[in-house]
Amino acid sequence: MGAFTVIVGMHIMEGFLPIKWALFWVIITAPFLIFGVRELNRIVKDNPSALLLVAFAGAFTFVLSALKLPSVTGSCSHPTGMGLGAILFGPYIMVVIGLIVLLFQAILLAHGGISTLGANVFSMGIIGPLASYGIYVLLIKMRVPRWAAVFAGATLGSLATYVVTALQLALAHPSEVGGWYASFIKFAAVFGVTQIPIAIVEGIFTVMVLNLLFKYSEQEIASLNILDRRSCCE
Amino acid sequence: MSDSTKNIMLLLVITVLIIATLWSNTGAEFAGADDRASEIVSEIDPGYNPWLENVWEPPSGEIASLLFALQAALGTGFICFYLGYKAGQRKKDGVVLIDKH
Repeated sequence: MGAFTVIVGMHIMEGFLPIKWALFWVIITAPFLIFGVRELNRIVKDNPSALLLVAFAGAFTFVLSALKLPSVTGSCSHPTGMGLGAILFGPYIMVVIGLIVLLFQAILLAHGGISTLGANVFSMGIIGPLASYGIYVLLIKMRVPRWAAVFAGATLGSLATYVVTALQLALAHPSEVGGWYASFIKFAAVFGVTQIPIAIVEGIFTVMVLNLLFKYSEQEIASLNILDRRSCCE
Repeated sequence: MSDSTKNIMLLLVITVLIIATLWSNTGAEFAGADDRASEIVSEIDPGYNPWLENVWEPPSGEIASLLFALQAALGTGFICFYLGYKAGQRKKDGVVLIDKH
């Protein structure tokens, strides 16, 4: 079992996806990454004052993904911190931030891996932020109070990330009996259930930090104009 | 209720949640969810061998926690710099903070 020693965490471990699946997720992720880099350039060019806020979203992700929290299942996992940036800037630039955090952890912390980077960026940098942003925008349109929309967006985005992680592992490792679905149930029981209380903590954290940002950075946030931009570019 | 009162209450909720999970699982190992996942992989797919190992692994748990602490410290450092900078900027501009809640 020596090869299986992994340091506490929850991304897909180095070498645990067969090469064809590793490549598959790289190919799926690449266009989002290109789009994310362009979107990031655009935001910074249109709003130079937003650059610090982008760095803030990155810093938030750094902090949250370093906090490994205990969960009801008796294992540990960590929040993603992706919801905050997705709510502020829309989902696409989070691909870039997610990639940076995952690279840092794969190279320095043996947490996640280079071969599984595509899959991990897909679940954490694409699906999580898309879910957070979509839920937030939907709830705001339904005139749900902003704190509740932020909480639901961040919590469900964090949860979605790990449901996708479980699915990625299940697709690559289908069970002999029951196929990928049986595997999915097993992986989801580990990743998904562990993540529930942690996702709730992440939701509350995101509400707290956004409360501060809406107070101190009202102008920058207003200039980003998330809701209007969404309707113009879809 | 002011924003800071609200935030302090939310922080308390988080603390209670985390302590409650520790309390309810006193015998548990609290290993990483990915550790458990690698066990499931070897159970479902006994023939599967990870074909790549991490390029570098922190030599001990202490070094790993050093790096994680560094990661959190860098992030927190920037967050606090930003909030302090914005608060100072507002003060300089003479903006009066009106708490709408």
